[in-house]
Order: sequence, then structure tokens, then C-alpha cells
Amino acid sequence: MNAKIDYTLHLADTTLILSQRNSEWCGHGPILEQDIAITNISLDLIGQARNFYQYAAKLIGNTDEDKIAYLRTEREFKNLLLAEQPNGDWGQTILRQYFFSQYQYLLYQQLQNSKDEQLAAIAAKAIKETSYHLRWSGEWVIRLGEGTDESHQRMLNAVNELWGYTGEMFIPATYESPVVKENTGVSVDSLKQPWLEKVKTIFEEATITVPEKVFMHSGGKEGKHTEHLGFILTELQYMQRAYPNSEW
Amino acid sequence: MSNYIKKFYYGDIPEEKGGGNIVSAQTKNDWPLWEVFIRSKQGLDHKHVGSLHAADAPMAIENARDVYTRRMEGVSIWVVESKYISASNPEEAGELYEPAVDKIYRHPTFYNLPDEVNHM
Amino acid sequence: MPVQNFEKIFQEKIDNEIKIEPKDWMPDAYRKTNIRQISQHAHSEIVGMLPEGNWISRAPSLKRKAILLAKVQDEAGHGLYLYSACETLGISREETINDLHSGKAKYSSIFNYPTLTWADIGAIGWLVDGAAIMNQVMLTRTSYGPYARAMVRICKEESFHQRQGFESLLVLSKGTKEQREMCQDAINRWWWPALMMFGPKDSESTNSDQGMKWKIKRKSNDELRQNFIDMITEQVKVLGMTLPDDKLKWNEERKHYDFGEINWDEFWNVVKGNGPCNKQRLQARKDAWDKGTWVREAAAAHAEKRKSKSNQQAA
Repeated sequence: MNAKIDYTLHLADTTLILSQRNSEWCGHGPILEQDIAITNISLDLIGQARNFYQYAAKLIGNTDEDKIAYLRTEREFKNLLLAEQPNGDWGQTILRQYFFSQYQYLLYQQLQNSKDEQLAAIAAKAIKETSYHLRWSGEWVIRLGEGTDESHQRMLNAVNELWGYTGEMFIPATYESPVVKENTGVSVDSLKQPWLEKVKTIFEEATITVPEKVFMHSGGKEGKHTEHLGFILTELQYMQRAYPNSEW
Repeated sequence: MSNYIKKFYYGDIPEEKGGGNIVSAQTKNDWPLWEVFIRSKQGLDHKHVGSLHAADAPMAIENARDVYTRRMEGVSIWVVESKYISASNPEEAGELYEPAVDKIYRHPTFYNLPDEVNHM
Repeated sequence: MPVQNFEKIFQEKIDNEIKIEPKDWMPDAYRKTNIRQISQHAHSEIVGMLPEGNWISRAPSLKRKAILLAKVQDEAGHGLYLYSACETLGISREETINDLHSGKAKYSSIFNYPTLTWADIGAIGWLVDGAAIMNQVMLTRTSYGPYARAMVRICKEESFHQRQGFESLLVLSKGTKEQREMCQDAINRWWWPALMMFGPKDSESTNSDQGMKWKIKRKSNDELRQNFIDMITEQVKVLGMTLPDDKLKWNEERKHYDFGEINWDEFWNVVKGNGPCNKQRLQARKDAWDKGTWVREAAAAHAEKRKSKSNQQAA
């Protein structure tokens, strides 16, 4: 039971933190249409996060989505390190989104068949959104990779920044083995090969080479984060911390 | 600053009638304008809803989805670059449409049918 | 046909409530007035994203965060509808935006005020969007077709904004002491700037007369302002809050509320750039545009490459 809670929290935290990051673009996008697009993704992700949090709240009992999201500390958050990385430029943001959406798509494909009806239902609903995020971000990777010399260079920088945070997606956390065993969760190591192949296809079109032998960071899923998360949570949780026990 | 705009929304507005010096030039970063048509429900026609800027067609369709169907207004989207739309001239509206005014037989209400014949 | 005839036909259309469409002949000044008004309206939507956008990362609950994101995104959509309408008059969006960045084009001064607390988000929805709706509902009947159609779309979505703003204040008004104070403080700070949104008094406004004749604008600044005051004065009672005007009083003769003098010095100061946030708002827009240059260039370059590739394949 605890494993399932942690697993659900991990799914929730990752989508929430990525949503929070993407939402920083709202009002600051490179062109109005894309401002709207990235905000849409942010909205989809917070919607998914809420579904997972509400389910986690039910599993935990006597709590709610806001208490879980706003009153846990850095070490309790289980999001992927990738999600908390700074937005950087537009290239870095859409690459982060692409890496994640590609992974999330494969994940949800299997989670739809979870023995846990609730998780399966959330995944089945969310995968439609994810497939859109995937197409949108994949197209952007190609556009920028292939666009101008500057954009190509910027994409190489983005790959440099982010590649080292992709490995963690495929390393099961302690709470994942039990849920995989009961067929409620997805075995992430099995997603690695298909993910890599898809990324290679997109990168090829984008004229970017897939890096090799890069050191992979991990720990986010177990609550060991980069320094960025603390600042994200400081903003995210400010109101609930400053005015405890209030309705909003 | 004397380059007049050539392409307007639906075709050209002649300078002498356009009401003066409108300076415009599409620069290399300015993504082209696309017109968006949405089928709001299966069985209905696509209807013009507005326009947006996009670098290419896939982007235009995705943006159209984000911008014009945020409240689930559509099931199908068409986009076309605005410059490919040819439009009739409003001053020729008379020639184009007025002949049709006489052709009342083209309108279903021209035919008087007995009341028993419903739904035709 | 001589120009006089065109002008006569044009004014006849206006008088008969026939919409002017992009390809129709229109007087130069009509085109310019519309460009000015629609583009300023568009800029207001876009700059208006910033004060509220401030609170997206700090929204006090997940539900409020999602609502606020959707709302600010709607404003981007509204800006887009309006820029599109403006483009039908023969000015590109880029030019319009350049005018904003150079300071030539204005936007609604209200967005030069800071959002200091969470309650400001509710107050903006209720008061600022409320004031905007008064204008916008009138504009759904404006004489220029594309502008009127954009406004119809916008008004449909705006009513959600005002409601969510009011509802979020309602929650505060029923909350803790701190929340109620926060709520009253926000109303105090946003009330007068919201009244200023209707523009100078009719006796001092330069833009209204011609705008009325051409049916671009259909009600005067003062009329709209009075309607707004009458409406809000009733609504604030539901919140159990007050409006910061001791002269606010029902006038049985006029069947309207009397109200105190607006600080027009403040209004003009903010218009001229001396508001609390003028600089940072404009800077934020410029930065977004400048940082996006390489992105727009790259996407355009990529689209070109694609085109020539597919042409080669076709050949």
C-alpha cells in the first residue's frame, strides 16, 4: 500500500513540477501563439497532477490534494530531476518537454492497463493530452535543430544540459518494484529502449546526434533533488505556509 | 517608408481606395498569417473563425486547436495561408449576387407544397 | 467614383447598422482610429497577462492555479483575436507590437498597477475585468466587422473571468481575519484605477466624438462608468466589504449613485509612464519578444527548408 502511495505521489509530483516550470513562460513566450501552446501543456499537466494527488489523498486518507502538494518538503517530493531543471531558453524548455512527453507517452500506454483501475483511468484520459504534447514538442525539436545555425547550436547546448537527467526516468525507485510486481505500476526499465529509438528518429530529423557515455544523475524519485526544487517549492507553497488552515 | 502593403486580409485593397499610407512589410521573422476554419460538430460545415500566425501548417493546426478550440468548439480544423485566399471585390457585389435575387426558384420556399408534406 | 460618393456610401452603411468589412472602402481616419483602438485593446490583453501571471507560481491551491492559468491564457487568446482583427486593416502584428515596444502605442493603464497580494487576483477579475466587460459588450456592436466578431468571442469568455474573480473574493470574505483584510485592501487599491479605465470625462475626451459618429464606440465614457459604479456598489454588499469613497451615495433623482472625484493627475501620470509598474511591464514584453527572435527566425527558416525540400521532391 505504501509503495502504491509513493508511486502515485511520484507521478503527481513530476507532472506538477513540470507544470510549474512551464507556467513560468505564461506571458513571456516567443510569440503569442506559442505562449498559448506552452500554457496549454502546463494546464494539462496540472490537471493530471491533480488527478494523481486526489487519488493519493484517498489512499492516504484524511488529507487532500492541496495538503499533499503544498505541505510536503523537498525531501518528500518524488519528481524526476528532469522536471525541476530551469527553463533556460525556449530550446531547453521544449527539449525537456519532448524528453518527458516521449517517456510519459510510453508510460501511460502501459499504465492504461494497470490493475489499479484508478491509475488506469487517469492514464487513459491523460494519454490523449500527452500524445499532443509529444507531437508538439517533437516538431519543435526538429524545427530548432534544423532551423538556423544559432538554433541548432542552442539545441546542442540544450541536449548537453538535459541529457544527463534522462537516465533517471528508467531506473526504478524502491517503491516501483512492488507496484510492478502487482501489475499496478509500469516497469520503467522496459521503456528505455523504445524511448531511445524514438528520440533517435526525432534527433535524426533534427540533425542532432544522440550523446553517448554521459553521466546520468538520479535521486529525484527518492527525494534527493537538485538545488532548484527548494526554490520552486518556496514559491509554490508560499501562501499555504504563510496562511495555514485557510480556505482559498 | 513608402512601401505600401499589397496583401490584405482577403486580397488587395487598392492604394487609392484604401484610405492612405499604410506602411507594412513582412520581415523574415514574421510568420505568415493563416485563416482558420472549424467544424464545430460532425455534420456541419467548416466555418471561418479567425486567423493566427504560424511558421508552417502543422504549427498552424496545433495553434488553431490551442487558440480556437480551448472550450471544445471543434471536431475538425482547416487552415490555409491567408495569401492564398482570393476574394471578390465588394464593389462588384452587385454583379455577383444580384442576379441571384431573381432566381427565387433556387430557394426552397418558392415551391408551395401541401401542408401534409412535412420535413422537406 | 469620386471619393465623396465612397464616403456617402460608407456613412450610409454605418447609419443603417451595416458592418464595414475589410475590403470595403473606408475613410483613412476610420481605418486609423480602428487600428489605434484595436491594437491598444490587443496590447492591453497582452500586458494584462503580466500582473496576474505574477501569481501563477504562488496560487494558494491547485484549483486556483489551474483557474488562473486558464484565465491568463484566455487573455493571450483575446490578444490574438484582436491582433488578427487589426491585421485586416492592413497593419502587420509585428508593426503593431513594435509600436507598443517603442512606447508609441498605449495599453490600458490599469496594468501598470502592481498585484501585491493574492486578493489582487480576485479584485482584478471582479473590478478590472468587470470594467472591461462594460466596454466590450458595447463593442460587440461596433461598426467594424472583424472587431465586432472578435469582441463577441471575447465577451463569451470574459464573463467567466469576472465570475471567478468575484467568487475568489467571496471565499476570502468568508475566511479568516487576515483573508478579509487582504480582500478589503485589494478592493481599496483597485477601485479608483478601475474607474479610470473608462477614460477621461466626456467633457475632456478627444477620441469619443468621431468614434460615436462612426459607431466604433457606442456609449460615452461617463455613461459606462456610471453603469459600472451602480453595478459594483450593489455587488460589494454581497462581499460585506466597502468601496473606498465616502461620497458614494444613491441619488434618487438621477437614479444613479453619486461618487467622489477621480484623481485625474494620477491617471495622466500613469498614462505618461509614471505608474508603479510601467517600466517593468514594457520591459517584460520587450524581453519576451527579443528572447523569442531566434525562435521565430529558426521556425521560419525551417519552414522554408521544408518547402524547398518538398518542391524538389515534386519536381
